[in-house]
Amino acid sequence: MKTAIELREACARGERTVIDTVTEALQAAEARKGENALSYIAAEEATLRARALDALPTSERKGRLFGVPIAVKDAICTSGLPTTSASKMLVRMTSEGPRPYRPPYDATVTERLLAEGAVIVGKANMDEFAMGSSNETSAYGPVKNPVDPTRVPGGSSGGSAAAVAGGIVPVALGSDTGGSIRQPAAFTGIVGVKPTFGRVSRYGLIAFASSLDQIGPMTPDVQSAARVLEIIAGPDGRDSTVNGASVPGYEAACLLGRKEGLKGVRIGVPEEYFSEGLDPRVRERIELILESAKKKGAELRPLRLPHTHYGVATYYVLATAEASSNLARFDGVRFGRRVEQSGTSLTDLYAQSRGTGFGPEVQRRILLGTYVLSAGFYDAYYGKAQRVRTLIRRDFDQAFAEVDCLLTPTSPTPAFKLGERNQDPLSMYMADVYTLPASLAGIPALSLPIGRIEEGGSLLPVGLQVLSPFLAEESMFRISSALEELVRELGL
Amino acid sequence: MAISVDEVRTVARLARLALDEARVEELAHELGKILGYVDQLNELDTSNVEPTLQVGTLSAPLREDVVRPGLEAVAAYREAPRTSPDGFLVPGFVDESSGKKGGA
Repeated sequence: MKTAIELREACARGERTVIDTVTEALQAAEARKGENALSYIAAEEATLRARALDALPTSERKGRLFGVPIAVKDAICTSGLPTTSASKMLVRMTSEGPRPYRPPYDATVTERLLAEGAVIVGKANMDEFAMGSSNETSAYGPVKNPVDPTRVPGGSSGGSAAAVAGGIVPVALGSDTGGSIRQPAAFTGIVGVKPTFGRVSRYGLIAFASSLDQIGPMTPDVQSAARVLEIIAGPDGRDSTVNGASVPGYEAACLLGRKEGLKGVRIGVPEEYFSEGLDPRVRERIELILESAKKKGAELRPLRLPHTHYGVATYYVLATAEASSNLARFDGVRFGRRVEQSGTSLTDLYAQSRGTGFGPEVQRRILLGTYVLSAGFYDAYYGKAQRVRTLIRRDFDQAFAEVDCLLTPTSPTPAFKLGERNQDPLSMYMADVYTLPASLAGIPALSLPIGRIEEGGSLLPVGLQVLSPFLAEESMFRISSALEELVRELGL
Repeated sequence: MAISVDEVRTVARLARLALDEARVEELAHELGKILGYVDQLNELDTSNVEPTLQVGTLSAPLREDVVRPGLEAVAAYREAPRTSPDGFLVPGFVDESSGKKGGA
């Protein structure tokens, strides 16, 4: 399928109509319904908008995503379109049947993409409240990996990944709290970017863990991701955690990277990401890329990030603590599900609405978070994890004093089978072992597809993770584009 | 790290989650296993390490306090399960402490 950049050029020049472009996306969405990538197909809304865009004179077809069909993760507010974080908690029972929450406003990211001429064709399925690594916790049912329908697409942005990998849309928005953009990108063979913490406004993102959540693009290619990030990044008066730094030209950085290649780039190779638990075929593939980069003039520096191993434990204390607080807003009063019988007290209304609205993984995390924050355990768990988070950050600070980027596998294994891990929370949490540290440190990271490996008759994608210093997305895009060229040259 | 069914019940009450008894037992087992894994953090001496609360934000930025248009009440009520023209409707709760059953 065409990239967002190619589609935008064709639509802006009038070489193809937006309605044709959008109709193709809607047809693909219908044809691929079995994969369950979209929790809502916005056929009517997208068609109306496409017609309106087609009616514009050429002089007004300037948007950087003019006519481009996109999917938006169901955790991100889209005015008038269902937004439920794939949870029954945000579906209210009415006399006409179940009604998903439809927000009265757009998230900042949604607003910015629409202002550039994008057309929302659907909401992307996801793990409930973004809690999961396989997209199996969704109230809408699991998403299947377009590469192999017996396998998971990763999570939590599994629907966004499957919508792009399955060719429904050339751009999807995901959100990443501990790897939720990068791991599904790796599992489905696309590009996924988790920006620096504070780079993108979260206004209108249904919060999971506020010190970690970031919204980012998922696309088939690096340059489209750069364009989307350039649009959505930067200060927003509605989210005080957004970094005030100006947004550099990420797309220009891609062009530069393709031109200048990897010569002189100092690549750090952290030992801890190549240890026990890494699939040997994934390792082999990453090593091939590293060796090829070296031949192109990059300098490889082995180094250590000694606290990597503690990332999973640190994350599951901090993220659940923050989630237990953030999810308190779902109380059955202002929106979503409400369960009460006559004579139900207010506290029972809360408890029954939440007890039946939240799925098992969300309940587990709320309870864990409430436990680690409760009197008597706060210092031992929450306080301790905050201190270990400092150690993990320092590991990266020391590494980036010596190198321009770090290259690692995005995930220790390729996509696993549906149902393979969802009975054991800890084995599921380990799927994020290579993505969690960057989230805890707040640094930007990109997953790049580097070809496929054969398993049981399927060809499964492998992702390379490019980790960069705080706010160094420009350098990350430059290096990633050069690596993308290298992958192409190698024929992977 | 073991966690008792009573502890799960207490935490569930604090978190306002109504759970059935079978689930409480499962959760005691699951949470115990996860907390057991988390205990590895104690291998690290962090007595001289500052906690990280948030990355990259040293202080909250301030802006002028000016009145700006907000959401219309009618739009805010539109998604609520029960409303009156004056607001969201909830069961009476002021007399809960005087004997009426509360909590999960």
